[in-house]
Amino acid sequence: MTEQPQVAEKTAQPPRDVLLSCDDVSLSFGNVRALVDVSLTLRPGEITALVGDNGAGKSTLVRCVSGIHRPDRGTITFDGARTDFHSPEDAREAGIETVHQNLALVEDLTVWQNLFLNREIVRRLGPVGLLDRRAMQSRAREMVATLAVNVPAVGSRVRRLSGGQRQAVAICRAAGFSSKLVIMDEPTAALGVQETARVEELVFRLRDEGHAVLIISHNFAQVIRLSQQVWVMRAGRCVGGRRTAETTGEEIVGLVTGAIGS
Amino acid sequence: MTNTTTLRASGGPNWSHRLKDAGFWAEWAALVGLLVLVIVFQALNPTFLSPGNIASMLVAAAILVILAVGQTFVIATAGIDLSIASVMTLGAVVFGQMYQAGLGLGVASLMAVVSAGAAGAVNGVIVARGKITDFIVTLGMLSAASGLALILSDGKPVTVIDPLLLRLSTTGIGIFGWSFVIAIVVAVVAHVVLFHTRFGTHLLATGGSPESATAMGISTARIKIAVYLISGLLAGLGAILLVGRIGAAEPAANTAFLLNSVAAVVLGGVSLFGGRGTIVGPFFGALLLIALVNGLTLLGVSQFYQPLAVGIVVVLAALLMRFQK
Ligand SMILES: Nc1ncnc2c1ncn2[C@@H]1O[C@H](COP(=O)(O)OP(=O)(O)OP(=O)(O)O)[C@@H](O)[C@H]1O
Ligand SMILES: [Mg+2]
Repeated sequence: MTEQPQVAEKTAQPPRDVLLSCDDVSLSFGNVRALVDVSLTLRPGEITALVGDNGAGKSTLVRCVSGIHRPDRGTITFDGARTDFHSPEDAREAGIETVHQNLALVEDLTVWQNLFLNREIVRRLGPVGLLDRRAMQSRAREMVATLAVNVPAVGSRVRRLSGGQRQAVAICRAAGFSSKLVIMDEPTAALGVQETARVEELVFRLRDEGHAVLIISHNFAQVIRLSQQVWVMRAGRCVGGRRTAETTGEEIVGLVTGAIGS
Repeated sequence: MTNTTTLRASGGPNWSHRLKDAGFWAEWAALVGLLVLVIVFQALNPTFLSPGNIASMLVAAAILVILAVGQTFVIATAGIDLSIASVMTLGAVVFGQMYQAGLGLGVASLMAVVSAGAAGAVNGVIVARGKITDFIVTLGMLSAASGLALILSDGKPVTVIDPLLLRLSTTGIGIFGWSFVIAIVVAVVAHVVLFHTRFGTHLLATGGSPESATAMGISTARIKIAVYLISGLLAGLGAILLVGRIGAAEPAANTAFLLNSVAAVVLGGVSLFGGRGTIVGPFFGALLLIALVNGLTLLGVSQFYQPLAVGIVVVLAALLMRFQK
């Protein structure tokens, strides 16, 4: 527990090398205490991993950072400013793109419509803005081609895609817009070996392009391979953080299961 | 040519690809049904396709087309506007009162649209902010709007003889009466809004998957309010045409308009679960219903059988679309 900053109520300015910092974030759903005083930080230009067993609260934390939930207590600071996201649009505006665990795709819309959902390209005709479908389709083809996984024609409806193809579309979308932080909630869960390798390449490329990446994964080998920093959650609490270079798979497993106290 | 596992993203829509899409058939089923009806009725009674009869069918279809467009917007968000016909009645009664008070056609029309739009907005706000099911809210509005119409009119119809208003339903371009021209304009604008604006995409996303739409930063509450507002405004426009057509503003129930507006949308292949739909489909769905009633009347079938026929056609269409999937 060397990385955790003290409660930053009046200490205001976070250190320069912190992109995102959660301080004592708590959230309950009725009687379920999904998050209990979670504090963690993310550095810019790094890949950070978040691990923990099912129901540990990882997705809930992600949903707080991406503006879907508002924490009951605690603060989230992003890029030097305390955030108060009222909607996911606020988070996207601030530069946070997310691949949600449920992917957040609309099945009856096409691949390109999903890629540009709420980021549509519009041609202005006087007071009205009309969709530039051509431009979006050709940009969508480029976005898909860079990931180069088995994604079908951008004009097909998401309903007809396989689980892995859907995941690829959601990842393309999050990577496609200039953002400071890309969050991926189990991005490779439904992917084959090749596709997983492609996504890992993409994660490295995003980092090299200067994005910070927060990745949630149950695959500890992957976590060790990709990340520079690991945070561990257990039963709604953040029970520890390690520099990846200074830890081992066994230690992380121990933290996840509780065999190693925090 | 399959399009599911091609390695690279290939071109835009092509025909073989569209013909295999269930949505394509759902969209055109109403047109196919309409053509079949036209052929059958024309074979049984040659006056069916006379210019005079076509013109009167189109005038009769105008209001239903406009209501069906409003209903389509709501149903595409997985809602339903049960109050659409009562709100039209309310608009008509407001029109009648204003006209009777000597405020003139312009003010009366404006107030009809404003009052119906307000009722729609109330629906939208309660559905979106109060998080109450669409069905219940608009059922309440169905009753409330009819009640208001009765109170405002004291239960009495107001005769409205306005030369300009009369011309809407009696003159036009060729066989297209002005009221039908208005309906076409409404349908074209609605099509552009649904498929060529951000609002349209967000509307379909809201209907298809509200959680996903929300996660991408779309305000589904605002979309909900907007579609009910649109439905109300179109009911107001329908009210003006209705008063013009019957020459009076009556606090009548107009239940047939409610049922037929939903029926046209179903015939038009719009999913009641939201997220997919067209304007062309309900447009032809409305024409089909009007042609059905008109044809039966021409054949001398008693009026009592018409609702039965409409009901059978709608349920058959719904079954057909179910089997396609
Ligand atoms: N919207 C909600 N309403 C009620 N309870 C919720 C909601 N979302 C999450 N929870 C509860 O909060 C807890 C944490 O869930 P969360 O989805 O964050 O876990 P997770 O760490 O992402 O698990 P997994 O690895 O299975 O994805 C669980 O007990 C879950 O049941
Ligand atoms: Mg999760």
